[in-house]
Amino acid sequence: MATRSIVPFGPQHPVLPEPIHLDLVIEDEKVVEAIPSIGFVHRGLESLVSKREFTEYAYIAERICGICSFMHGASYCDAVERIMGVELPDRAKYLRTIWAELSRIHSHLLWLGLLADAFGFESLFMHSWRIREKILDMLEESTGGRCIFSVNTIGGVLKDIDDDMMKGFLTELDKVESDVRAMTATFLSDATVINRLRGVGVLTKEQAHEFGATGPFMRASGIERDMRQLGYYAYKDLDIEPIVSNEGDSYARCEVRIKEIFQSIDLIRQAAEKVPAGEIAVPIKGNPDGEAFVRVEQPRGEAFYYVKADGTKFIDRFRVRTPTFANIPAMLEVLKGCDYADVPIMVLTIDPCISCTER
Amino acid sequence: MAKMSKSPWVLHYDAASCNGCDIEVLACLTPIYDAERFGVINTGDPKHADIFLITGGINEQCKDVVKQLYDQMPSPKVVVAVGICACSGGVFKDTYNILGGADTVIPVDVYVPGCAARPESIIDGIVKAIGILDEKRAKMKKGLPVDEAKEEE
Amino acid sequence: MTDGEIKVITPDSLLNETMKLHEEGWRLVQICARALKDGEGNEITYSFGDELILGNLRLTVKPDEPLNSISHIYPTAYFYENEMHDLFGIDVQMMTVDFGGHFYKIGAETPFKK
Repeated sequence: MATRSIVPFGPQHPVLPEPIHLDLVIEDEKVVEAIPSIGFVHRGLESLVSKREFTEYAYIAERICGICSFMHGASYCDAVERIMGVELPDRAKYLRTIWAELSRIHSHLLWLGLLADAFGFESLFMHSWRIREKILDMLEESTGGRCIFSVNTIGGVLKDIDDDMMKGFLTELDKVESDVRAMTATFLSDATVINRLRGVGVLTKEQAHEFGATGPFMRASGIERDMRQLGYYAYKDLDIEPIVSNEGDSYARCEVRIKEIFQSIDLIRQAAEKVPAGEIAVPIKGNPDGEAFVRVEQPRGEAFYYVKADGTKFIDRFRVRTPTFANIPAMLEVLKGCDYADVPIMVLTIDPCISCTER
Repeated sequence: MAKMSKSPWVLHYDAASCNGCDIEVLACLTPIYDAERFGVINTGDPKHADIFLITGGINEQCKDVVKQLYDQMPSPKVVVAVGICACSGGVFKDTYNILGGADTVIPVDVYVPGCAARPESIIDGIVKAIGILDEKRAKMKKGLPVDEAKEEE
Repeated sequence: MTDGEIKVITPDSLLNETMKLHEEGWRLVQICARALKDGEGNEITYSFGDELILGNLRLTVKPDEPLNSISHIYPTAYFYENEMHDLFGIDVQMMTVDFGGHFYKIGAETPFKK
């Protein structure tokens, strides 16, 4: 007769860069149930809308998370622009697309590194982060920041990427692509990696729908949905096909994210070819009045933004539902029945971003 | 640079950070910046650690965790507040849930500003911390007190 | 529902409407509360998705008026409902998992309540 015990996991844990706490109910070595407690990084930044003017808030929105920062800032601006009826110049849309895709590559490489670290493949971790630095160099060259870019403003963007810089980026991306391809060989075919990931933490297609999973976590379970298909920014002009896998296990999630890196590289190439000349921002007049919903595809999945403004300098309500918030219930479901030793991997394969979740 | 006296091990904890400084702390340990060349190892165990790298402001929920981690570290120990949020609360200072910087609950020795703090300045902070660690060790050998815990109010 | 539609409903019909959407295969995207001025209560928007289409239900609850949970229809709803309870002080009843006000441990009580 197996006895039940409760093992606390987190908030401070070697495998977690961010704090989350789980109470794991285990029976021998199997997890029966996981009870989360969150709020360790809850800052309450949604309440800051009443203290910062709507133009300044773009910089607060960006600080929801240091990994997905670009898209948070851009989506907040997007929502306010929709309310104010501002039509962005095409060049600004393309620039946002390019930076969004660069952010996705850096986020996925970051995750691959952390995953490698979680299953004890230290050199793979180092390689992922070495490649990631090249992307950060590009972001720094074009925006001035490594994590927080502050390049979005209501009505456009603040910095431009000129032709020379773009050419340099494309050359650099070729190198990144061949580096990632070399690393992929290890990630997807090394026996030790496969042993740790294959068949671990399966999320079926039905579960993914029922528990509202999103992003690569969902696409690895065979649901074909990518918010970029909505065609925001410049995505409507680009060729985009959701990347899916049908296995639903940790290996599939790894595979989907690796393929998305190549997809992003491809999207940047497409965008670089089509980017039109012109203005990068338009001036705005007055204060926003109205409401808007914005959905974007972040590296971790679908993010939802709601902005309600009432004609004053201060937004009435800003709400963001981040992908990890949606993914946690599905993760808790996946944890049931897994080995205790696999818990860190399970938690990591949803690519948790706790600071996004708790805001 | 003068000879490094010891290989300090660091403990990193994200108090209520946006993640930006956290990934920069990790970036410090990876090939481009490579703090490991100074013998710095990122440990997950507070009892192994000499230097406490704390990122983000302090909120109601993580307050006790930070205090506990600090108390578990053996003396001498040095606290480095990484990023403007850990220094003062940063942009989140005005929210209802942020109490302030790391020094609201534990004594901080080195402040590294920036949003997010750049790896170069984090490494600079660690190097400074090593100097302070040496001073504290020397003091301890003389039997003088170090790391007095912050008074409860 | 068409894309972007906001259907205004009463708190009583919430369960019926939600059940209908669930049967039609919609997924829950999010639940968002917004405090109305001068203690008029809260406006709650439930967003549902069908592939790329977004449909919303919107209702207003008076201060201290209890609201039914939809977590036995959409199992993930308890996450949003606990958050609403902690931040806005909305009395959500019959949640499948009730954190009892400890979803977030915060310094201020119901900081978003007006």
